Amino acid sequence: MTTSTIIASSAPKVQARTLSPEETHEIDHELTLYPDRRAVGLEALKIVQKHQGWVSDESLVAVAEYLGMSAHELDGVATFFNLIFRQPVGRNVMLFCDSVSCYIMGCERIKDHISARLGIDYGETTADGEFTLLPVPCLGDCDRAPVMLMAGEQYRNLTKEKIDALLTRVQQEQTNK
Amino acid sequence: MAKISVDGVEYEVNPANNLLQECLSQGLDLPYFCWHPCMGSVGACRQCAVKQYRNADDKTGTVVMACMTPASDGSIISINDKQATDFRSHVIESLMISHPHDCPVCEEGGECHLQDMTQMSGHNYRRYDFKKVTHRNQDLGPFINHEMNRCIACYRCVRFYDDYAGGTDLAALGSHHHVYFGRHEEGTLENEFSGNLVEVCPTGVFTDKTFSAHYTRKWDLQTAPSVCAGCGAGCNTTPGERYGTLRRIVNRYHHDLNGYFLCDRGRFGYDANNSTQRVVETLFRHLQGEDGEVRKALTSTEAARQLDAMSSGELIGIGSPRASLESNMALRQRVGTQNFFSGMSDAQLSCATEVIALLQEPGLNCPDIRTLEQSDCVLVVNEDITNTSARMALALRQATRNAATAMAQSARIPLWQDAAVRELAQHSRSPLIILSPQGTRLDDVASDTFLGTVEQQIALVEGITYAIDADCPASTSSFNFDAQAASIAKQLCAATRPCIVSGISAESIELIRATGNLARALREYRHRQSEVKLSVDLCFAMPEANTMGLALLMREGGGSLSSALSILGKGAADAAIVLENDLYRRAATEAIDAALAGNTPMIAIDQLHNGFNAKAHLLLPAASMAEQGGTWVNYEGRAQHSYQVFQPEGKIRASYEWLVPSNPVSGPTVHGDTLLEELAAESANFAPLLELLSSRTGIAALMKSPRQSHRYSGRTAMHANEHVHETKQAQDPHSPLSFSMEGMLLQKDASLMSAAWAPAWNSNQAISKFQEEINGELKQGNKGVHLLARDGAQRPYSKVEYVAEEGIAKYFIDQLFGSEEISAASPAIQARAVPAYACISHELAQSLGVQQHGLLRLSTNRYSVELPVLIRDRIAAQCVGIYCGSDVSRADLTGKLSVAAVAQDSNVLASSRAMFSSLVINDTLPREG
Amino acid sequence: MTDLPLTKNIDMSRAPFDIGQYRQAQGYDAVLQMFKDMAPSDVLEMVKNSGLKGRGGAGFPTGLKWSFVPSGDDAPKTKYLVVNADEMEPGTFKDRLLLEGDPHLLLEGMLIAAYTIQANTAYIFLRGEYLRAEKLLREAIAQAHEQGLLGKNIQGSGFDLEIILHTSAGRYICGEETALLNALEGKRANPRAKPPFPQVSGLWGKPTIVNNVETLCNLPGILRYGVDWYKALGKGGDAGTKLCGVSGRVNNPGCWELALGTPIRELLEDKAGGMCAGYKLRGFLPGGGSTDFLLPEHLDLTLDYDVIGKAGSRLATGTMIVLDDQTCPVGMVGNLMRFFSHESCGWCTPCRDGLPWIDEIFQRLEKGGGRAEDLQILTDHLEYLGPGRTFCALAPGAMAPLGSALRHFREDFDAHIHSGGCPWRK
Ligand SMILES: Cc1cc2nc3c(=O)[nH]c(=O)nc-3n(C[C@H](O)[C@H](O)[C@H](O)COP(=O)(O)O)c2cc1C
Ligand code: SF4
Ligand code: FES
Repeated sequence: MTTSTIIASSAPKVQARTLSPEETHEIDHELTLYPDRRAVGLEALKIVQKHQGWVSDESLVAVAEYLGMSAHELDGVATFFNLIFRQPVGRNVMLFCDSVSCYIMGCERIKDHISARLGIDYGETTADGEFTLLPVPCLGDCDRAPVMLMAGEQYRNLTKEKIDALLTRVQQEQTNK
Repeated sequence: MAKISVDGVEYEVNPANNLLQECLSQGLDLPYFCWHPCMGSVGACRQCAVKQYRNADDKTGTVVMACMTPASDGSIISINDKQATDFRSHVIESLMISHPHDCPVCEEGGECHLQDMTQMSGHNYRRYDFKKVTHRNQDLGPFINHEMNRCIACYRCVRFYDDYAGGTDLAALGSHHHVYFGRHEEGTLENEFSGNLVEVCPTGVFTDKTFSAHYTRKWDLQTAPSVCAGCGAGCNTTPGERYGTLRRIVNRYHHDLNGYFLCDRGRFGYDANNSTQRVVETLFRHLQGEDGEVRKALTSTEAARQLDAMSSGELIGIGSPRASLESNMALRQRVGTQNFFSGMSDAQLSCATEVIALLQEPGLNCPDIRTLEQSDCVLVVNEDITNTSARMALALRQATRNAATAMAQSARIPLWQDAAVRELAQHSRSPLIILSPQGTRLDDVASDTFLGTVEQQIALVEGITYAIDADCPASTSSFNFDAQAASIAKQLCAATRPCIVSGISAESIELIRATGNLARALREYRHRQSEVKLSVDLCFAMPEANTMGLALLMREGGGSLSSALSILGKGAADAAIVLENDLYRRAATEAIDAALAGNTPMIAIDQLHNGFNAKAHLLLPAASMAEQGGTWVNYEGRAQHSYQVFQPEGKIRASYEWLVPSNPVSGPTVHGDTLLEELAAESANFAPLLELLSSRTGIAALMKSPRQSHRYSGRTAMHANEHVHETKQAQDPHSPLSFSMEGMLLQKDASLMSAAWAPAWNSNQAISKFQEEINGELKQGNKGVHLLARDGAQRPYSKVEYVAEEGIAKYFIDQLFGSEEISAASPAIQARAVPAYACISHELAQSLGVQQHGLLRLSTNRYSVELPVLIRDRIAAQCVGIYCGSDVSRADLTGKLSVAAVAQDSNVLASSRAMFSSLVINDTLPREG
Repeated sequence: MTDLPLTKNIDMSRAPFDIGQYRQAQGYDAVLQMFKDMAPSDVLEMVKNSGLKGRGGAGFPTGLKWSFVPSGDDAPKTKYLVVNADEMEPGTFKDRLLLEGDPHLLLEGMLIAAYTIQANTAYIFLRGEYLRAEKLLREAIAQAHEQGLLGKNIQGSGFDLEIILHTSAGRYICGEETALLNALEGKRANPRAKPPFPQVSGLWGKPTIVNNVETLCNLPGILRYGVDWYKALGKGGDAGTKLCGVSGRVNNPGCWELALGTPIRELLEDKAGGMCAGYKLRGFLPGGGSTDFLLPEHLDLTLDYDVIGKAGSRLATGTMIVLDDQTCPVGMVGNLMRFFSHESCGWCTPCRDGLPWIDEIFQRLEKGGGRAEDLQILTDHLEYLGPGRTFCALAPGAMAPLGSALRHFREDFDAHIHSGGCPWRK
């Protein structure tokens, strides 16, 4: 394996944050799976996102340094993918399927309902930092449309009632904490 | 050769190329964006679509991308087919949907490939009536403007900057129609070749920021074929002038040298021309006058008279490696050969002289820049090429791709399939072995690096030599690097086209001798291996535009700088003329001061005010590269002529014009060409200059070629504030160019074309209309002439006199932005330059007790200086690297050196940290804290 | 023998088989047999003869694709197998069934494919949102390792295989096989030029086979029961079975394994239970979001690559999306156009800049303000973004529903223009 580092001494304005031991441990594991360090870029960003909720500039620079690649190149990868968040997101990211089968099954009305209830549109986060609403391409659950993925859980055959129940539950849990 | 048919006409083409390249080679117009002659095809823009037919019976055909289709024998294609033209007009229509249509305020306007291709593709009516996508722009530093809204996403910028030039701080970001080309955070583009983005970008996203500051449309620039003054590579340029100021420089294609690309010193250094440091007056101070007496301005005639008066007695002349051959020759004629001195430091002169001797040996071939790209194994000895002769470094970077080329050939992937070839090769690279005291900017593509002092490198080079030929003279060094030496020797011997690259920046004759010995050993090895006498590529980077020219001149006689200084110190001459030279940069301060103490009347001719000419009694303003016609000899010994772009205002003249006999009314009576003729006649070494001259005079007899475009505007009005009548065009009886719009565009002869232009091709990409084939020679060549005949005798191995250095080992650092005197006065270059500093390793820092960015005192027994220190990861142990900039004299630091930490306060630390933040090097800097 | 080789172990109401249960159901037998009796070239021959076509969408014969991988002593030592489990095509939910329903079937298929091309490393490129599949696959891989079915010298065969699960981060274009390779290499997922094909220069420049999940899941059956059995599974011109799904306003949306050659009507009416009460069928996309609309009159066609091809569409992923008479066809196509526009990788001009224009036009049609010229512009784009014009098949795929909708539902487009917006919303 050859990797090379070109790091100009012109210190970037953004200083890397220190990756946590868990983060480096998980990235190190990924490194064993690929013959080239830069192949791990996306995985590493996902790992950071798992721990931090999103990928800040400081995290991006840290990962780039860790992998010995340019932060610019890594950002090119980060900004290419839909599910790498380069801005802070809420605790619960609602990945709301807006593709064709869900469309046919009336997902727009459900989405309007969520927006009305939480006061956020696609790409926005509630003021309490609880929810972020994002559209996601077809979640591959079209026979149970409309669907949404939130906090690792897939919610299917969505109705306004189901949404209400779900949001109430999550909000309740948060106040109980 | 293959035959293809394009719209019913048969053409002979090279089947190794793609259809787009071959159509363009045939002079056909076919629009394109993402393809580039040096960067191959990626098929992204889809603009080059043509119709291809399977055979003569196929009437339907398929639309294919010409750039992604091989020009295989028997191909039948149509450019004019309706489906193809419709598709192309559709492509350009959608490329333009978010384009701001801001041509009137866009700096690319008038030389915009997008404008040209839009016209060519037949898009003129805008149907898209929705909101355009807009972007925020970034500040990319002093060289480059960023206007992303003009982007058409051809991906050329990142393909050039990252893939070709090895940059790491420009990337494609985002996706779908939001793709964005920029940095992940705002900041200066670091790569040394960033300026090429200006030409590589087919629209106005990346434009020349220095040009913006005094912008003029391309058609309003007066231009002429010129040569770069930045270093000894001899890249060809097109400077442009308007209203008496030099406005910019763009690349001028030279097949063997720069090709399509320049380095940023060459492109942005021109602004020194307009700098406040410029000498514009003739300044005179009486010899007996008080020190500090204000010098007074003379008229040109008075100045010439004064010069004559001062130089009537026993006169000596000191030449210059950054002055033209004509000017050096004029000085030599004026003072006589025996009174002519080199103006280079003694060490530099002896190095350059040794290089000349080496390059004349049979079997040692000095590669041009294109040939450098061909090498499949490169050994770099000491020279930090990126910082001394950057364009050559760009070529070495390409050379490492020859492994990829070989792999692609065996996998039958056409070489123009750029992405596929890179994908296949991954990190496979041809060997590039770098010996250097510190990490270099080529290390990312190096197969092997060796960090060592000059002495250690000499020992290693001797070791390699020995590993190739055990009969070579034994090394007297106490170092031993046999293991590394054996491995490097093996790689050099295994290569088909090995190349050894070094330079004279270390000013070490031993280094050059040792390198020469290695080349000889390798040559002999190759001779033994094969019937045909295979040569070895060997070259040495030269620091200044005419280092080689002056060194060649010095072979005919004349003396060293130190002998000149001693004559001056003794007061043994009646006067001295110092040509374009800040002698403080050439010899120790003490030595110069001692020479000045001789109180010899001193005449200096120069472009910029400097420490030395401030002390001259008569200072005469010299023309810059763009303001004079002149001849320059590059590192290969290739003499090239640069044409005068414009007539400088006021009293500025080409140096030689001050030096040749002059008529009070009509000015100089001897022309530069006459000087060259005389030089050629006097010396066999310079005889080939006649060829250079005749190639010009032949054409000059015909109608002149205009320096101004046929669209040059405001000619009758531009000086209306000064005179009511139109100013007379300046005359130029000696050159084939005219200072006007009149004349005949020498359509076929790009060597005399003031700027690349052809009907429908307004950008610099018009050059393809003047090449024999794409990427090939210009139709009428512009090669210059080689002054170094390879007819020298085969010399035995040189003896390397190994002298161990006293005190701490040291090396001198060059910086692309700052080391070269003239370009360093350009404001944009200054913005990238750093003051003098020192470099050491962590170990040394620890033992000295100095911290990162702290201060280090460097002392010799006569001189001492405090410099901020950069602790580097990749630096030879136990030595100190010194960058002098314009603040410190290198010569003052020669001799036994000692270093010590200086107590520093936090202010000092903070300011030197800030200073280092604009330095681009190649290793990881330890983070602070 | 079974006639449902893909789904025989699948029951979504319980957890999938672990390795013990899978082996009990004769799982991995085919592989063990293969190691014992067959040279890689034998397997290749068999797969070629089986007539298996890729289930990822393009329907390219699998054996033929494998045969382009260099073999023999001169061949590069490193080769890769890559499983395309990126399933992001709108309306497609078939690979999920296999991944969540029977992960060992995929691993077994991978062993066969990797052995045939002699790849010692295989990557599963899984879309990041398939979290359950990720978990199940990780478990299955670990179990297979434990039982010596992965790793070095598998079952004494001398053959090594490591399977690495790679999860993506959400981009449809990663499903395109060469874009997928770039994504795996950690780069922006722009597609690569073909030629060179991945079989010659793929992942990290090494010979690589990319196959769809379902394609690979066909292999254990073929090896175990043979070519004749496999061919006989198909009722029409194509061999084997196919996962077919139905989504939209039907009574029982879902995904089933059907013999190729089954009439579409059977899928829609018997399996999916017909249209919901009060809804009529207006048309359907037979194989995911990038296929052409077919109409009710096509219901008696059979699920065959050629048959559907002749009718002007593609079987592609086999997951059909039903358009009912109360959903606006313009809205539906507009939804797809927005998807494709957003998922364009941004590499080539027609797709990058053409699709957003189309998207804008659909929005205008929806809101009112659409003009007759807009339809002309849409029509212009059909050829402009058609096959061969763009760098990869994404944009031509997008043109399939658009072009067919303009043909079949032209009156709805006109209605949008004349009634100042979407008549269905009023
Ligand atoms: C835009 C685009 C998206 C694709 N997405 C997928 C996908 O998600 N899964 C898949 O298996 N094939 C997908 N394909 C097809 C693959 O490129 C490729 O043909 C397939 O993985 C080959 O496997 P097969 O031969 O087993 O069918 C896609 C193609 C395109 C053009
Ligand atoms: S058609 Fe072009 S822009 Fe679209 S996804 Fe393919 S390569 Fe990217
Ligand atoms: S030049 Fe051919 S596709 Fe861009």
